[in-house]
Amino acid sequence: MTTDHPAQAAPGQANGLVLPQYERPLGVHPPLDSPDYRSTGLRHPKEPLVLLPHLFTEVTGPVLGDGRVTKDDADLTQWDGGEALGQRIVVRGRVLDSDGRAVPDTLVEIWQANAGGRYRHLRDQWPAPLDPHFNGVGRVVTDSLGRYEFTTIKPGAYPWKNHHNAWRPAHIHFSLFGRAFTQRLVTQMYFEDDPLFFQDPIFNSIPDEKARQGLISRFDYEATQPEWALAFSWDIVLRGSGATYFETEDVDADDE
Amino acid sequence: MPTTSDGRLGLTASQTVGPYLAIGLTWEHGEEAVDPGTPGAVTVSGTLYDGEGAPVPDGMIEIWQAHPDGRFHHPDDPRGVAEAPPGFRGFARAQTVDGGRWSVLTLVPGAVPGPDGTTQAPHLDVSVFARGLLDRVVTRVYFPEHAGVAGPGGHAEDRVLAAVPEHRRHTLVAQQVDGGYRFDIRLQGENETVFFDI
Ligand SMILES: [Fe+3]
Repeated sequence: MTTDHPAQAAPGQANGLVLPQYERPLGVHPPLDSPDYRSTGLRHPKEPLVLLPHLFTEVTGPVLGDGRVTKDDADLTQWDGGEALGQRIVVRGRVLDSDGRAVPDTLVEIWQANAGGRYRHLRDQWPAPLDPHFNGVGRVVTDSLGRYEFTTIKPGAYPWKNHHNAWRPAHIHFSLFGRAFTQRLVTQMYFEDDPLFFQDPIFNSIPDEKARQGLISRFDYEATQPEWALAFSWDIVLRGSGATYFETEDVDADDE
Repeated sequence: MPTTSDGRLGLTASQTVGPYLAIGLTWEHGEEAVDPGTPGAVTVSGTLYDGEGAPVPDGMIEIWQAHPDGRFHHPDDPRGVAEAPPGFRGFARAQTVDGGRWSVLTLVPGAVPGPDGTTQAPHLDVSVFARGLLDRVVTRVYFPEHAGVAGPGGHAEDRVLAAVPEHRRHTLVAQQVDGGYRFDIRLQGENETVFFDI
């Protein structure tokens, strides 16, 4: 198109345009005020949230990947000229929306502690060793079927000061963009049968039992690599469709 | 993978980024939604505060916005996929490691169509992540020069702003400062920033 678009859209320009809409995640995410996780105390908004309709800025999102990701970013076990210590694992799965559609070409970022449970971060000072060959950062872009795969090290549990003798279950942090601002998600992947779940206020902040289970990866014997790596599978589900938003003046008139 | 009663896949729940997000989520030039030196580039910066007014040094701010002409490089814009201006990405992320301070470089977006033939004033959509936030919180940055504009592109016609209680609207409007804008974010307490249910 050669049309020059003025900085200010004329009124009525949007009439008849249909925007995709996304479901609202009722009861899935943890309440921002979760007193058992002490850091929420001074950081959760107390005023009511204001409903944001899914308009242009919300149903679009950044196109990322190219230039942000290299092939090596999928393998966390090689860093600074050597091999990381610990149990080598493959973590793989699909990124889907709740309608069951694959989310292709979307950036997946992970970060995690090393096998001893220590992060390569100035503030992480508990006395577990740093691994000179593990930086704990990975990035991939999903393929056309929404699949992702990392090779990494099974992270260790680590202590924190939330409550007496508090330990985080082993986990890998995940960050996803999806295709729209509405689908942005940051979460954590856990491992089956972790004995530390019972005392972890972050995992248990998710009110729904099924939603909690949804964060636990499954041991995946089929994906193990003989004489090389164990494997875990974990699918991630982003928001799917909600009621379609029609932008017409008729709707406005009928609503009065 | 859990399914819901209507046969849909159950959504993956959110979890906090934790204190070490900077390890995984720091990008080279991540703060630049537009290349430095681009004509019209401005900084939008501020401090992220907690409920006691203390700066939050382990947070992250992300912005997403329209091009200066109000369009998007995205297949779901029904007006068509618009090529971005040179060096412009529309997205930036900034860590608050520097004492709660964050700063992004961008271009002021154009006005965007709103509901029922109205126009939304130029705005940035903002996600805030931090240790202690079990889900991101979402806000918007509006620009002071559009406050007094009557009609399309002004704050008065913006339906999203109109849905915000009047005495809280000011928390969504950046202040003009040298080289750009200042937008402090208060997670809780006095002058708490308006956050949206998205
Ligand atoms: Fe962690």
